[in-house]
Amino acid sequence: MPKYAFLLYDDPANAHPMDSPEMAAEMQQWFAFTEEIQAAGAMLGGEALLGTEIATCVRVREGSTVTADGPFAETKEALGGFYLVEAADLDAAIAWAEKIPSVGSGTVEIRPIMEIPED
Amino acid sequence: MPAVSTVDAVFRTEWPRLVATLTRELRDLDLAEEAAQEAFLEASRVWRRDGPPDRPGAWLLTTARRRAIDRIRRAQRFDDRLAALAEDAERQPEQRRLVDDQLALLFGCCHPALEQDAQVALTLRAVGGLTTSQIAHAFLVPEPTMAKRLTRAKKKIRAAGIPFTVPDADRIDDRLASVCGVVYAILTEGHASASGPTLLRGDLCDEAIWLAETLASLAPDETEVRSLAALCLLTDARRTARFDASGEQVLLADQDRSAWDAEKIRRGIGHLLAANAGATVGPYQLQATIAAIHASADRWEDTDWAAIVGVYDVLVGTGAGPIVALNRAVAIGERDGPDRALPLLDELAEDLSTYHYFHSARAELLVRAGRVDEASVAFDRALEACDNEDTRRWIRRRRQALE
Repeated sequence: MPKYAFLLYDDPANAHPMDSPEMAAEMQQWFAFTEEIQAAGAMLGGEALLGTEIATCVRVREGSTVTADGPFAETKEALGGFYLVEAADLDAAIAWAEKIPSVGSGTVEIRPIMEIPED
Repeated sequence: MPAVSTVDAVFRTEWPRLVATLTRELRDLDLAEEAAQEAFLEASRVWRRDGPPDRPGAWLLTTARRRAIDRIRRAQRFDDRLAALAEDAERQPEQRRLVDDQLALLFGCCHPALEQDAQVALTLRAVGGLTTSQIAHAFLVPEPTMAKRLTRAKKKIRAAGIPFTVPDADRIDDRLASVCGVVYAILTEGHASASGPTLLRGDLCDEAIWLAETLASLAPDETEVRSLAALCLLTDARRTARFDASGEQVLLADQDRSAWDAEKIRRGIGHLLAANAGATVGPYQLQATIAAIHASADRWEDTDWAAIVGVYDVLVGTGAGPIVALNRAVAIGERDGPDRALPLLDELAEDLSTYHYFHSARAELLVRAGRVDEASVAFDRALEACDNEDTRRWIRRRRQALE
């Protein structure tokens, strides 16, 4: 069976405030969808990401690593893939990013995963 | 009250040590700062009553650890840090550890995954011990803006996992460059703000010198670190001579050199000599060398322009930008006369058309070449490009002198 990556885009301005009733209602929708797709055996993995203000971009040019605050500013580059990586801290994550073959011409955007408390 | 001044006297040295040790132990910069601040508050109360302790640093660390424990307990969550902190709140880090902790704090605050504005603010707060309001004031931004910048930076540190550690050997040079870049940004902001009501903000220059010398004491064998300390000191040594009694700017050529700070020059040259003992050459070292050549000329006429041009040649060769090329051209003008320098400036006209100093430097050269009408136009261009009121007043004065 073919496999698909779903990439979720939205304007952060559309997000409801944390702890608001609207957010609580929305979370129920997320949980319901996740349960449904898991029950169907169709979900291979997935995570929520922290906001773009937590993003770090890594590029390597002429052998030097250039690290910058902020998300990847969309130009003509296209998203070509993703890895889900566990690393001790941001420096360890950057060290992996530096080894990604496309980092010499493109950009690796590092976005921490949102920890969703289980209760 | 002597005990209060004891707290002030140890603040400079003990604050960064305290925050650095606590940041490692608590793995949380914010909590470390809060605990350090509470320890200093308690010190100002207790030391006044009981007199200062024999080892103020140890007293502060023990007190700060207890305050941190209180805070973590108040948050009422299970925390693996509590046991380690409570077990032996009085143990003191060894000297080597203390050096590493402070370096780690600097590397964390100046992490390249943060914007430089944020790196600067964090460094002044966590290492320099400045309050948010002091930093906001120094950078001429509203306090809420600065508070937001610090909060956002700390949020990123926490959420992105920016480490407070000394980086591996293979990336320490890059990361040191980032720390040096922060100190240099503080120096340049303090020395000559691009816009703003007052040109010289001495307190930021003091911060830059203190940070650079602290960094030099932590990493004494790093050429660029030593050179940066030299550059900060040699630049700031001219502070009082840069303005006359009525507050007007005075050009390097016209400065009263007896007003230069001989002690800062001595310390600056000392750092530069230590840097020159190393095997590498870096941009800060070259800039500091130029400042040292100026510092060692008793009069403007005695300036060794050939040596300065030589250093600029090397700097241009390292890929420095058009501003360095401009300074090189000006030095060539001093060595060989304005007719040699003006064609070099023409080559830079496109890159530097919005830079006021390009136009005023060109105007000065045109004056010396006897091309007064062109000089007057160049001064007008300089005025158009300049936001700083002090500098604008100076440019107007120079322009009026032509008439």
